[in-house]
Amino acid sequence: MDEAMAEVLLSLRHISKNFGEGDVLQDVSLDVERGEFVTLLGASGCGKTTTLRIISGLETPDAGEVILNGQDMTDLPPESRPVNTVFQSYALFPHMNVEKNVAYGLRVRGMDKRAQAARVREMLELVQMSEYAGRMPAQLSGGQRQRIAIARALAPQPQLLLLDEPLGALDLQLRRQMQIELKRLQKKLGITFIYITHDQEEAINMSDRIAVMRGGRFEQLGTPEEIYDHPATRYVAQFIGRSTIFTGTVRSANGYSAVIENENGRFTVDSAHAEIREGEICDVCVRTERMRASRTPVEGFDLPATVREARYAGGHVLTYVTTRGGVEAVAEGVERMCDAPAAGDTVYLHWNPAQAAVIGGASHGA
Amino acid sequence: MAKRRKKRDLGRIASPVYLTLVLIVLYLPILMVVIYSFNSGRSISAWQGFTTNWYTRLFNNALMGDALRNSLVLAFLSAGFAGVIGTLGAIGLAHGHLRGGGFIESLATLPMMIPELVLGMAYLAVFTAVGFKLGMGALVLTHTTFCVPYVFINVKSRLIGMDPAIEEAARDLGASPMRVLRDITIPLILPAVVSGMMLAVAMSLDDVVISFFVTSAETTTLPLKIYTGLRSGGTPEINALSTLMLAAIFVIVGLSQLLRARSDRKLYASR
Repeated sequence: MDEAMAEVLLSLRHISKNFGEGDVLQDVSLDVERGEFVTLLGASGCGKTTTLRIISGLETPDAGEVILNGQDMTDLPPESRPVNTVFQSYALFPHMNVEKNVAYGLRVRGMDKRAQAARVREMLELVQMSEYAGRMPAQLSGGQRQRIAIARALAPQPQLLLLDEPLGALDLQLRRQMQIELKRLQKKLGITFIYITHDQEEAINMSDRIAVMRGGRFEQLGTPEEIYDHPATRYVAQFIGRSTIFTGTVRSANGYSAVIENENGRFTVDSAHAEIREGEICDVCVRTERMRASRTPVEGFDLPATVREARYAGGHVLTYVTTRGGVEAVAEGVERMCDAPAAGDTVYLHWNPAQAAVIGGASHGA
Repeated sequence: MAKRRKKRDLGRIASPVYLTLVLIVLYLPILMVVIYSFNSGRSISAWQGFTTNWYTRLFNNALMGDALRNSLVLAFLSAGFAGVIGTLGAIGLAHGHLRGGGFIESLATLPMMIPELVLGMAYLAVFTAVGFKLGMGALVLTHTTFCVPYVFINVKSRLIGMDPAIEEAARDLGASPMRVLRDITIPLILPAVVSGMMLAVAMSLDDVVISFFVTSAETTTLPLKIYTGLRSGGTPEINALSTLMLAAIFVIVGLSQLLRARSDRKLYASR
């Protein structure tokens, strides 16, 4: 018995769903541990909202099972599941004031009036909205409605809170603030969150684990660090962060590093995380903030490029270059404009081999 | 440049002219009726002085009282039935992913488009064929039919304007489908139901054609009274009755629109 082994709260097993126009979800499986913050990240139409609706019971899967606490919930209606949702549009009841909105989940469960009032007070305090108990939803700002929607969903003490792009309608500053608050709330209450977003920055900042979705499947499931540093596919590499991807043939490889060559030149990567063999074709993803452009060639690299433009980006300079093979890349590193290369100069691209990710053989490419 | 200014000048002249024409054609006859209801002479073309005599006579006419009672009973019963049927229909069509929903919807709103004459004749034919007694029962049945679309359309547009996530949120929080209907859906569509029923009352109150076919001697309604009164020459008393009905309809329709606008504003403000 391993006591440190975390308990699985929710498991999705081989979920498929089809709305009659091609598959929306194809064989999706996911285990979520108690207390975990898992984000489903993807572009619109990737199936993330459908996955969430299947967990809440607002949608039934064509195949597969939804298991919560070891119990099969696949056929339970939404009102019988200990799961609550924060909707993208907040979906506050427009004819009820804040207090009644938050109390609704308790009222339908038949909780006694005094206990209801106490719980509502506690929830409003939690989201710092106590003074607004008597207001109608129409009298609240977007951020305030958001807080009420969260308080309402948390009031019945769900085992699992589902959040469908809850910050999508807020402006950037408020969104950043709410990200921090939500994360704080989740830690404090220890409730398991499943969070949907199309904003990769939000996903990376908040999640314990991220599932990158595409075309109704999980493209990659891992910690933010794993997904950022070791994207499993080209799609993940391009969707998350800014990067340049070089495709090339492996010229030599030992257990630690590999030399790869293509029409742009030759470069070195750390191959400890990837199984690559000589002669294979693979993609290498280099994050913009790790790409360097120097005026002289660097050991292990032969990637000459012509500078198109250097632009100050606050604290650092971004150098936009075109390689011999026509790849457009961006490099960071220089701090001041006066040190930046001029348009038309030749520079040599390089990076710390340990910080480039090998995406894998040709079979991975998509 | 010059051409554009010319066009604009044309618009500046044309739109007041258009407006004046519309107002004259539409409201002058109505205004005449109202004015001559206060005429002391029996003529409906020559003004002979102001009087409220005709109104007094109208109120003292026992037959008019009966007609008023008939009209009100008919209007409120039909609007009530139409309110229930139209609301249930709209909720059912908005929620059930019914096959042929569009077709059913067209069927439900068709009574608004069918010529009243045809509808009245059809009802008369059916009632005669099955031996259904003409009178209040027949009147309520037919009026309910043409009142349903007013409620149906009103409620349905309200349901379409509603964020479906609101009802989903209620279920997500633990409410059964019946509970959602009671706590969320009905309170939210109620203003639309009431405004639809008010329109239905207005429609029923001024119907002549359909009532004409299915009424009996004892169930004469106010509009029928006006119609028959005009056929026998028309009196200032009829003008007075028309004026009162006009006022009632204006008030009902106005209130209905006001109610709708106010509640719509509330619903959208909370988005």
